[in-house]
Amino acid sequence: MSRFDPTGEAGLSLRMVEELAAADSLLHRLSPLPKLLLTVLYIALTLSFPKYALSALSVMALFPAFGYQLAGISPAVCFRRMRFILPLVCAVGIFNPFFDRDPLFFLGNFPVSGGIVSMLTLLLKGVFALTAAFLLIATTPLEDLCRALRRLHCPRILVSLLLLTFRYITVLLEEASLMTQAYSLRAPGQRGVHISAWGSFLGQLLLRSMDRAESLFDSMLMRGFTGEFPGDSGSGTPPAAWAAALICAVMMALARMYDIPAMLGGIILGG
Amino acid sequence: MHMADALISPAVGAAMYAASAATAGISIYRLRREDSLRPGLTSKRLPTMAVASALVFAGQMVNYSIPGTGSSGHLCGGLLLTALLGPWAGFLSMAAVLIIQCLFFADGGLLALGANLWNMAFYGCFAGYYLVYRPIMGSKRLRPAVKLTLASVLGCVLSLQLGAFSVVIETSLSGVTELPFEAFLALMQPIHLAIGAVEGLITAAVLVFVYNARPELLPDVQSSEGGPGRFSLRGTLAVLAIAALVTGGGLSLLASSSPDGLEWSLFGNSEGGYSENLGLNEDSYGIESPASKAAGGIQEKTAFLPDYGFSDGSAEALGTSVSGILGAAMVGALAGLVCLCGSLLRRRGAGRK
Repeated sequence: MSRFDPTGEAGLSLRMVEELAAADSLLHRLSPLPKLLLTVLYIALTLSFPKYALSALSVMALFPAFGYQLAGISPAVCFRRMRFILPLVCAVGIFNPFFDRDPLFFLGNFPVSGGIVSMLTLLLKGVFALTAAFLLIATTPLEDLCRALRRLHCPRILVSLLLLTFRYITVLLEEASLMTQAYSLRAPGQRGVHISAWGSFLGQLLLRSMDRAESLFDSMLMRGFTGEFPGDSGSGTPPAAWAAALICAVMMALARMYDIPAMLGGIILGG
Repeated sequence: MHMADALISPAVGAAMYAASAATAGISIYRLRREDSLRPGLTSKRLPTMAVASALVFAGQMVNYSIPGTGSSGHLCGGLLLTALLGPWAGFLSMAAVLIIQCLFFADGGLLALGANLWNMAFYGCFAGYYLVYRPIMGSKRLRPAVKLTLASVLGCVLSLQLGAFSVVIETSLSGVTELPFEAFLALMQPIHLAIGAVEGLITAAVLVFVYNARPELLPDVQSSEGGPGRFSLRGTLAVLAIAALVTGGGLSLLASSSPDGLEWSLFGNSEGGYSENLGLNEDSYGIESPASKAAGGIQEKTAFLPDYGFSDGSAEALGTSVSGILGAAMVGALAGLVCLCGSLLRRRGAGRK
């Protein structure tokens, strides 16, 4: 605990994503609504591949690969944050090679079983879905994303809650990080909060935060808050953005319908 | 318990989205109705909910060391939010936490968000609250601190058990794992029993602290002290006991036919017919004598790739697979090239500046 401070790290990570989203690029300039819909379509199509369709699935790598370059973001940034969730995907997929052992094909003399292929497919799906979701948030500020949600008729209270929570998380993370540091300095060599302080550690923060919520509310009232945030100021999505999104969507659908890598390989082997 | 996108099929994801959206819709409707009765509450609720969600977010990152184990536990968010805000506002606050975790921290996925909301927010805020927390808080015989502890621990255990059960169902329905349903269940439930107990204790510690300092923040404790208790502790314990009996009995029934649930579901059992579960033929597993059975079992379990004969159509399968691998390799190389070009261009651009 003394060295590793997850609250501080989370705060830094949040700031990094916000900085990325504040940059300027072709992808950053694309309107949030088409970007959101395109991301959801990409993830849904990626997940809909059959469990043995490893080669057909591989072509979906091209979309995030191009996307990260268009956005000017290094994919390594995204891979670093996958270290927590990918082990869970692996934990579920790791059983496939044990249960599904019928060989699908031979690689030289080495038989490749269905379980291995389905495990790799699962892993790739996990990686692709995460890279796509990260690309969305790294190129779109949350405010814009919430505006897109409002255009999709997402309830106002949920959108406002999301925005307020996000603004407040940074404050509370900082406070929790300070408390963690102070605690670890007074309890050197101890991992985590001792059982005697379980209640008071977060309880103190909770009480202070609830008070802070009241003063926050008062200050919001003084600035003319009426229970909701000002909505969309009429900046619609330009037709060019929809056209670009449509072309992308058609390419994704084609990639889903045809096993392009196998066709490519077939042409080369045949020619 | 956050599910990644890869663990869910689009159909299951959409169904869970629908279920969670319906719950959110009802929650918003109930909040609006409450607000129309008490107009002063409306706008004040939003910042309180936001701060509570942010607190749970930050609180879940704090490590609590579990005495004598060397490992650490975390806070159970759903029940804490519900105890502070009530189930409807609690569900929406938990939704905000999960959406931000999903977007900014890759905890869970965009398509699996509906499922995650259901598994964590719905059970924590509604099942844990209505079946356990509120009935126990309604009891008049126990001291508030005891009530809070009992309600938090049992509520967390129940909601995590239900959540883990849902994860198993959703993953199995999505068809992403070859792990049989029973084995997966036998793997998930006990782990989450332990996690639930620890999360419940941490939540209880926080709630007891809040109760001692500012009891007005916990509406259910207040109402139980004032008005007549509508629920009896005995009734709640009876419900829980029956639930435990049914789940425990059901699970042990599954497990009792074989010492190892995983093995049972892999090879089947003599009563059910060996080939019932996975369609495996027991002859090919060499179950003639106990010794060969054990050896065969070990060998089959350890061998990653058993030397099966290849089924018909091998030449064709080989042909397509080789072209598939070649094509996939080319795609991979192309993706790598795109990344390389991009980073070179970026570096040149940075150099010029």
